Amino acid sequence: MGILDKHQVLEKNATLLLVGSLLVVTIGGIVEIAPLFYLQNTIEKVDGVRPYTPLELKGRDIYIREGCYTCHSQMIRPMRDEVERYGHYSLAAESMYDHPFQWGSKRTGPDLARVGGRYSDAWHVDHLTNPQAVVPESIMPKYGFLKDRLVDATYIEDRVRTDSLVGVPYTSDMIAASKADFAAQADPNADTTELQARYGAAAFKGGKDVNVANFDNAPGVSEMDALIAYLQVLGTMVDFSTFQPDKSR
Amino acid sequence: MSKQPTARKADPSTTGHSWDGIQEFDNPMPRWWLWTFYLTIIWGVGYTIAYPAWPLITGATPGVLEQSTRADVQSEIDRFASANAPIEAKLDETNLDAIKSDPALADFAAKSGRAVFNTWCAQCHGVGGGGNVGYPTLADNDWLWGGTIDDVYTTVQHGIRNTTDPEARYSQMPAFGTDGLLDKTQIGDVVQYVLEISGQPHDADKAGAGAQVFADNCVACHGEMGTGDRAQGAPNLTDAIWLYGGNEAALTETVTKARFGVMPAWTGRLSEAQIRSVAYYVHGLGGGE
Repeated sequence: MGILDKHQVLEKNATLLLVGSLLVVTIGGIVEIAPLFYLQNTIEKVDGVRPYTPLELKGRDIYIREGCYTCHSQMIRPMRDEVERYGHYSLAAESMYDHPFQWGSKRTGPDLARVGGRYSDAWHVDHLTNPQAVVPESIMPKYGFLKDRLVDATYIEDRVRTDSLVGVPYTSDMIAASKADFAAQADPNADTTELQARYGAAAFKGGKDVNVANFDNAPGVSEMDALIAYLQVLGTMVDFSTFQPDKSR
Repeated sequence: MSKQPTARKADPSTTGHSWDGIQEFDNPMPRWWLWTFYLTIIWGVGYTIAYPAWPLITGATPGVLEQSTRADVQSEIDRFASANAPIEAKLDETNLDAIKSDPALADFAAKSGRAVFNTWCAQCHGVGGGGNVGYPTLADNDWLWGGTIDDVYTTVQHGIRNTTDPEARYSQMPAFGTDGLLDKTQIGDVVQYVLEISGQPHDADKAGAGAQVFADNCVACHGEMGTGDRAQGAPNLTDAIWLYGGNEAALTETVTKARFGVMPAWTGRLSEAQIRSVAYYVHGLGGGE
């Protein structure tokens, strides 16, 4: 038996056992995790995916704060029934600027990966305020209070900078203009030339213009505005009419 | 009375370990367990040969079965698409008005249209097209933008007042109060007038004054008699059907802030056959013209 008879050495020496266990787990971890960082096909290159605007980013924080992810996933799996119901299956690249990602696996409500553009802004206000008013069989709680809570944009620049620290490619220009872009996106009368220049169609290959609207149709930038701005951009960045799937998946 | 424990005859040998005099039998593992364990190892090796597994320099080993979830879902979608292809092609080239005269086509369009409607449209318009405050009822014969099957088809294709489709149906009511076009008295008067022409209890004096306000500000879209104009999506104000409510409070809010109902465009998200099916389904809900 040779080496197998030597296991007593490991069993009788706690430190050696710990070091040995660590070694085994490390090897397993490296084999499973490391390739994800260097393999070309883990994140395929697609056009159009851009970092969230400051308003969308704030909306995303509200989405997480309210625990929307406990009932809504954001990942359309590659299965026919899901593709028929929600649209094209999700790509890794579509959530590459998500920190943390919102893929989820719990679907009490429907998947939201492609909810953007599917409903009007007014529908989102009605639905968040009283879900049962538009979808009688829904069991979703009411989020009408979001409309009454105005967003304080004091820290929005820091918020954007935080995401840039973890790898989201915000330029120094984007970070510096966070507050202005935040306000401009929720004001249909604002001059949005600079916002569009930073995040819009011309800023990214295959990009689309940022949705600019008074999302909740009420004065001031409320949490409702931010959340709807976020929901309306979900899954809309990639143009799937020109998308060619990589076969090796 | 208790029996003394006696050693069984077939006791296996011990492992030789002894802690404080306690010894350990060297029992063999159950065979079924051991063989299951070996089998999982063999299975694991076989699996990594058959399916994508081992990471290499630029990609992972594809596995001899060349399995791909993306190819799987595509072939599954293609299977259903090719089964429906003949009838969908026929649907695409048949004049919308002529669908109902072909029983097989009409049956397909009605069923597929209902599935499309329940997936994409019912969240706003309600299951069965029952509608809601702000979202028109599609099961009656009161139409904002027209109720022929071609009108419905165009509406589904391009939507209403959205910013994504340049061909979307568009009109905008002025916010008479918010934008300062009318003062509060004038708004109060015109609301009474609208209550009058829709056959509801009203203040006759105010309504009389409101008639002039209406004539000056509202007739361009809603018509001289307030019967509406489908070319502009202007609703008929003389009937009892109201999209945003027909009582004094709702009408005052409508005149003050205006309404701006938006519907997304469905071209691109739905296929041509799906749009035609859902137009046929909606047209057949009861109010089709």
